[in-house]
Amino acid sequence: MSFLSRLRRVPFWSWIWFLVGALYFILPLFATFEFSLTWDPAIPFKAYQRSFADNKFWETFIYSNVLAVATIIFSIVLIVPTAYWIRLRLPQARRIVEFITLMPFVVPAIILVFGLIRIYSTPFSIPFTDIVFMQPLTNFKAGTNILIVSGYMVLAMPYMYRSVDTGMRTVDIRTLTEAAQSLGANWFVIISRVILPNIRSALLSGALLTFAIVVGEVTLASFLGVNAFGPYLFLLGQHRAYEPAALSFFSFLLTWLAMGLIQLVSGGQGQAAGAH
Amino acid sequence: MAQTAVKPVKLVSVPTNWKTWLGVVPFFLFAVLFLFLPSLRLFTASFTSPEGTFTFDNIIQLVSAPFIVNAYKLSIQISAVTALGGGILGFLMAYSVTVGGLPKPLRSALITFSGVASNFAGVPLAFAFVATLGRQGFITHILRDYFGLSIYDAGFNLYSFAGLSLVYMYFQFPLMVLIMAPALDGLKREWREAAENLGASTTQYWLKVALPVLLPSILGAMILLFGNAFGAYATAYALTGGRIGIVTIQIGAQIRGDVLYNPGLGYAMAIGMVVIMAISLAGYSWLQAKTERWLK
Repeated sequence: MSFLSRLRRVPFWSWIWFLVGALYFILPLFATFEFSLTWDPAIPFKAYQRSFADNKFWETFIYSNVLAVATIIFSIVLIVPTAYWIRLRLPQARRIVEFITLMPFVVPAIILVFGLIRIYSTPFSIPFTDIVFMQPLTNFKAGTNILIVSGYMVLAMPYMYRSVDTGMRTVDIRTLTEAAQSLGANWFVIISRVILPNIRSALLSGALLTFAIVVGEVTLASFLGVNAFGPYLFLLGQHRAYEPAALSFFSFLLTWLAMGLIQLVSGGQGQAAGAH
Repeated sequence: MAQTAVKPVKLVSVPTNWKTWLGVVPFFLFAVLFLFLPSLRLFTASFTSPEGTFTFDNIIQLVSAPFIVNAYKLSIQISAVTALGGGILGFLMAYSVTVGGLPKPLRSALITFSGVASNFAGVPLAFAFVATLGRQGFITHILRDYFGLSIYDAGFNLYSFAGLSLVYMYFQFPLMVLIMAPALDGLKREWREAAENLGASTTQYWLKVALPVLLPSILGAMILLFGNAFGAYATAYALTGGRIGIVTIQIGAQIRGDVLYNPGLGYAMAIGMVVIMAISLAGYSWLQAKTERWLK
């Protein structure tokens, strides 16, 4: 084969589009990394050392991770039995539940958070009396945590539900359920010991996606006034230059870790979430 | 166990009674408490004046006050531009790794990277672009030092419409890649062979066969991209500090702002957003149904 005819077989335009996109991906990350190293030529990782030495960073970062774990656990507790029940017994509810899980696309985070504040910043009282049986959730710390985790559960719902539902499609949950029942298992045992282990890769990808949404989230966290990583990074960016760049690069690596793990466990299509 | 032998799992064909619905009650309760009630409350709140009385003012302002109409216009323009730009670039990239003939490993690399980039948003993304295209940014310097081109003197500004669009594109086109790659896989080899046997050129095949089949999914994906940008708040806020007047930032300013403060108006703007998002989603699901005819 001559050189020219071999050259013609190279998909020229495909390479061009791919490279354009690849540059778009990489340049901002490279620029951030490069910038974070320029603080002090003598100590290239000074920005990272300073960032990780800050107690506020660990406080907010750990808090955001706790929020992420709580969101993941409660989402699984809420969504797995629901998706299971719909597949097994209640296919009539599929359309309405799928519709509800798409609702967070229609109600963006900025709107959701004001709705939540509006509802839960007034005390719950018995109508027409002054008897208050619950203080406003926004008034105490545990209440705010309930609100923010619930908000994150709503934001993660489309991805969690889709992951779980896809996972259940690939295993024969009816046969598994019948087998478990014939061995004397009750519903709790069926779901926790039979169904959950069988959809663990789907659960893991849903969980990692939720993690990617929650850890850097700003909108809910800042309007609900919690000391999470997102607002911390935002404030840091207001009066510092190098640490925010270092932490931005760090959070990119975290997202990459989460997505890489999803690829590893699902071995298939990636997914996209939206907390922009 | 005797008990389970008498009560096997019912099959779908058995009519369900009301008790079966109890299984989904927790989910519905959660949705009502943390999704529907808050949305509904905003709806009623948008008919409330700053003094707490009933009013239509907010709704009237929504369509008549110039700064609100402009906020919607700006949001719609940014969303449309980035949906189109991100859609085209994303489609071409998805094309290059599926039917475009690039080596297989690049495909999985691209999919993983797209998963990362479409989730890489908000504050870190804004900072990354400041380091890239800000006044002291990496690209800004390269263009100035090696090409003699000062983009800021030429009128570019990262904190403007063009700049924000470039930033949004970063999470827009990876989303397009993620949606289009499976759709492009759905193009059947037989269609191309049949077209070639009938003497069609590559251009003819794309214009007359492939694109018409793909069109609903392309448009549907672009609608998702539109909504993706339309609801974005954190990225724009972190980048411009609230100086760019898109709807989400205006809502934040009306409800929590120091200067602008009219919560009722903010809630009315939120409802306006929900309506636009709902229309987009309806269009998306309509196109989705059309897509399924050809691409499974």
